[in-house]
Amino acid sequence: MEIFLMFIKAFLVGGAICLIGQIIINWTHLTNGKILVLFLIAGAVLEGFGLYSKLIEFAGAGASIPISGFGSALVKGAVKAAKSEGFYGALKGGLAACATGISIAIVSGYLVATIFKPRTKKK
Amino acid sequence: MEKYCEITKDNYKSYVFEKMPKSSHWKNMFWAFLIGGTICVIGQAFIELYKLWFSIEDASVLASGTMVLIAAILTGLGVYDNIGRFAGAGSTIPITGFSNAVVSPALEFRSEGYIYGVGAKMFLVAGPVIVNGVTISVIIAILTLIFGG
Repeated sequence: MEIFLMFIKAFLVGGAICLIGQIIINWTHLTNGKILVLFLIAGAVLEGFGLYSKLIEFAGAGASIPISGFGSALVKGAVKAAKSEGFYGALKGGLAACATGISIAIVSGYLVATIFKPRTKKK
Repeated sequence: MEKYCEITKDNYKSYVFEKMPKSSHWKNMFWAFLIGGTICVIGQAFIELYKLWFSIEDASVLASGTMVLIAAILTGLGVYDNIGRFAGAGSTIPITGFSNAVVSPALEFRSEGYIYGVGAKMFLVAGPVIVNGVTISVIIAILTLIFGG
């Protein structure tokens, strides 16, 4: 039963974050790249105040899958390493925490670009 | 159309704005919520699966990685862009949208070679995201060090 509750929370929180993004797009016509950076920074700043981790605890993937979760993971890693290793940790922790995700994105991007054929976008 | 007889940056923008197909905002928002929520539920399903073997933190990272991989393949097949056409922010904001933003230009610019095509264009959108993310994370971590957070 608990697992279903988790799915519902993930759906509602994840959906709500995307809904906020869509409202901003409808309203300002920002491009995808700018929207991604905006949400990334929002997640990072919220994590700076320790708030985003609480949202992830509550909603799981609903908060960690949106790009704001990526921003939060960067800050969480950097702050955690800074507390144990000082300035060296502040420089190391962020990327170290996200290394898996970034590496998967780069390697899969490279492989897909090699294997698949480019297709013309239907507009 | 006299007001467009001379093209400047400003009136071009308003021209495009006028000609843009008017999509219903309510419909956009509905699809963004539905698709965004669904992608997060699939992510949660992977977390629950990986939790059987890994700690919750590792499971969460691996689940995001799996979603990135799936989105990369769907982008290669041309499926993700079809979802994106009606899902809007629902397909952009999840980590799968980041993956799409990495793979899509990499694929498109393969004809320019693997170094300046795939290698460079892969970071068209990912670059700004990583640059801003890393910068802000270092700043926040140093502020936490100074003020003791």
